[in-house]
Amino acid sequence: MEASQFKSDQYVRFCPGCGDHAILASLTKAMAQIGVPTHETVVISGIGCSSRMPHYLNTYGFNTIHGRGGAIATGVKTSHPELTVWQMTGDGDCLAIGGNHFIHEIRRNVDLNICLFNNRIYGLTKGQYSPTSPKGFVSKSSPFGTVERPFIPAELVMGARGTFFARTLDVDMPTTVDCMVQAQQHKGASVIECLVNCVIFNNGTHSWIADRETRAERSIVLKHGEKMLFGANKDKGLKLDYSTVIPHLVVTTADDPDVLVHDATTEDPTLHRMLALMGQERFTVDGGASEHSDKELPVALGVIRNVEAETYNDAVNQQIEDVRAKSKATTFDELTATLEHWEM
Amino acid sequence: MNKSNVVVRFCGDSGDGMQLTGNLFSSLSAILGNEISTLPDFPAEIRAPQGTLGGVSGFQVNLGQGVYTPGDKADVIVAMNSAALKVCALGSKFNKQGAVWTEQDSQFKRDAVIIVDTDSFTPADLQKALYTTDNPFTELGLPETVQIVPVSLTSLTKESLKDSGLDNKAILKSRNMFALGVVCWLFNRPIDKAIHFLEGKFAKKPALIAPNVKVLTDGYNYGTNTALNINTINVEVPDNLQHGTYTSIAGNKATAWGLIAAAQKCGKRLFLGSYPITPATDIMHELAGRKDMGVMVVQAEDEIAGVCTAIGASFAGDLACTSTSGPGLSLKSEAIGLAVMAELPLVVIDVQRGGPSTGLPTKTEQTDLLQAVYGRNGECPAVVVAASSSANCFQYAYEACRLALENMTPVILMTDTYLANGTGLWRLPKLAELPAIQPQGVPAELKGQYSVSLRDANSIRYWATPGMEGYEHRNIGLERDAVKGAISTNPDNHEAMVKARQAKIDQVANHIPALQVQCNAESDTLLVGWGSTEGHLHAAANELNCALAHFNYINPLPKNTAEVLRRYKKVIVCELNNGQFAALLRSKVPGVDFKQYNEIMGQPFTVERIVEHVKTL
Repeated sequence: MEASQFKSDQYVRFCPGCGDHAILASLTKAMAQIGVPTHETVVISGIGCSSRMPHYLNTYGFNTIHGRGGAIATGVKTSHPELTVWQMTGDGDCLAIGGNHFIHEIRRNVDLNICLFNNRIYGLTKGQYSPTSPKGFVSKSSPFGTVERPFIPAELVMGARGTFFARTLDVDMPTTVDCMVQAQQHKGASVIECLVNCVIFNNGTHSWIADRETRAERSIVLKHGEKMLFGANKDKGLKLDYSTVIPHLVVTTADDPDVLVHDATTEDPTLHRMLALMGQERFTVDGGASEHSDKELPVALGVIRNVEAETYNDAVNQQIEDVRAKSKATTFDELTATLEHWEM
Repeated sequence: MNKSNVVVRFCGDSGDGMQLTGNLFSSLSAILGNEISTLPDFPAEIRAPQGTLGGVSGFQVNLGQGVYTPGDKADVIVAMNSAALKVCALGSKFNKQGAVWTEQDSQFKRDAVIIVDTDSFTPADLQKALYTTDNPFTELGLPETVQIVPVSLTSLTKESLKDSGLDNKAILKSRNMFALGVVCWLFNRPIDKAIHFLEGKFAKKPALIAPNVKVLTDGYNYGTNTALNINTINVEVPDNLQHGTYTSIAGNKATAWGLIAAAQKCGKRLFLGSYPITPATDIMHELAGRKDMGVMVVQAEDEIAGVCTAIGASFAGDLACTSTSGPGLSLKSEAIGLAVMAELPLVVIDVQRGGPSTGLPTKTEQTDLLQAVYGRNGECPAVVVAASSSANCFQYAYEACRLALENMTPVILMTDTYLANGTGLWRLPKLAELPAIQPQGVPAELKGQYSVSLRDANSIRYWATPGMEGYEHRNIGLERDAVKGAISTNPDNHEAMVKARQAKIDQVANHIPALQVQCNAESDTLLVGWGSTEGHLHAAANELNCALAHFNYINPLPKNTAEVLRRYKKVIVCELNNGQFAALLRSKVPGVDFKQYNEIMGQPFTVERIVEHVKTL
């Protein structure tokens, strides 16, 4: 299939230069690669810039209410597991007003592909801090800087016992497409955190890793089964340092025999969590503004965790089938006959 | 002694099994041909200490013919302890020091028969029930016309089960069966039928059958042999019931089954998204157990997710429902607005309880009416219907599904604690005899041209669901273009869409029955009610020899509403709130002088109080 088949006739109203344009292009490309026809694809969203996405896709779509996309998508997928269901959401929609639905769709492992557009700002309401804005962030609703500790989305996903987590940059389309395709192949709740630039209200929020000059040094694209190497010349690698009570990740040289090989499929999330948190702690404090050293851990991109587990939608439907197969009464008239009843 | 109908009240400690005993006796009476109406009256959910006034749990049943309500006051009381006796005798004044029996407050009549466990009259028992003397009967000031039947329930039960091998705790738990045996004797219930029924009830716990049957039989024989000094009672059997197969059913179960029947009738899968809330939870319990019927239940993470998963299932083509009570309806408001805007079928069941806020979770009230009709942002009309008996919860749940699926709209079904927990006689319908349900679809010629805004001649939008090739579309909670379905902020378009959504709800009036006048239609006085009060109002109207117009369709109102209401000189709207339906009628039917009778005590009406107050209006 072609990406163009997935584009609707709607004029795309994202701001010029918004990262959402790139995500939209990656998504249609991924959908074409996945090959599920438009009429079997459903895109659910809540409210926010990212939630406009369904309008631009020639699939079944439902742009719902703020924060509730996760619950509505759960209803669609559980009742109709034959459909491919995507959820488009942002850091406000998903992690503030919709936080409860987000952790529960992950906990239940509903087979959804969840694209979490993280631009660390409320764009549609014109510039308030979000649950992922770094502490001290100055915005219209925090003129003296926020005093709140932000969420790290990956930590929330792992805490809710997530089975799939990936992170991408809006500008890195090949990695984004790859993560989306893998999310579709994964059976269960797949979360892709898309680091998106808001050109109007939070311009450059990810530039410390997204900029061409520094991206290779400050980020690493993880690939299952491949060595964890990064840097413009792939001269750096990651390994575990066992000198502390709890081993920690450190940057080493590419030729170090201890350079780790990425395994996204280990059930134990400990290493996935360590990888997903690289560069995040510093970000929550200063937004990545401070001086960056060569020894500093890169931000992990790509599919970090990809574990198989039973999906909620399969389990719910299976249980109904099992009970029906064993039941003598399966119609209403048979059901009423099972009651204590009498003639009058 | 023959009676047309008798009210029996079982009361005891929360742990005494009064609800089970009451239900068994009610069902047994129904099997023997009586009409029944029941009223469980629990204390708060958390158990109060044993033997105290706060822990008294009651179950009242009215049986016989011409049964419209569970009865105002009991003819027969079964009191399992001295605390229960006090609560029955003093009613709401049970906590007042020095209070004595009055006809007004008492839960039983002046000439009632009271079967009481005299083993519970030890000084310690009396102290727990806050008696100040050692003679409860005198202290309570019971009238001489009351017939006290003292039975040593506890010691007789112990004696009955001394060789059963059961431990003392289990033996004491069987006291209710001894009491039931005595009551069966009092009402000339054939013991073999009672035993057969008990065996059915304990089918899943076979070890409990033998001891319970023994105690029941011993209780029955005790009545026969000791020739308790009272006349047995024969209750008349109605002769005007429609011939058919009957059962007794609680309102919540009837509601659940109405949804199941509707889904099977129209060939859609039933989906329930819900969250536990008193007193609605039994609907979810029942449906979660009905996987044999193909029902899908999602116990969601909160009330909002309950309705939102249902909206997702509706978007995907299911018959989708959510069940809740008042606080949950508040939480679901925004999402119901989405279903109004997206024009998706959705059934929302509100089992009303006392409010506002957490209010009185186990008590009954009709205070969510205006919330159901108007409680959403924007111009946001939805269909509202109300059940009026425990058994017709089935009919109106079915009707809610029909109206939702045929008119592409959320329908809010109002029931309440009284209907939900009460039981009534229900004639089992066959699926084939239920009204047809034809869910809205989409014509084949719209393939490739479909938009979410396209409507049929009745202004109902066409329903295409995911999986259908050539009907891909985007639905939204934002205002959309009246033709193309895309987001629109055009002023004329918005006004046209607001009116189109209202017109769609208004035309539902063409598909519902006309309002019927009950009782004495020729009177110049009309009682008006809605929802669960129908039985009480019917009995009151009969007593007052006036007319009754009772509403099951709230929004839209039946088309002949104004015509009916304007026929009467005096129109009195009676409801268990502060006048919400009266307010609605004043806005919809101008020119009528609506008088009101309202109660907001967390209890159903009593016929006596309605009659007394209406006479003064």
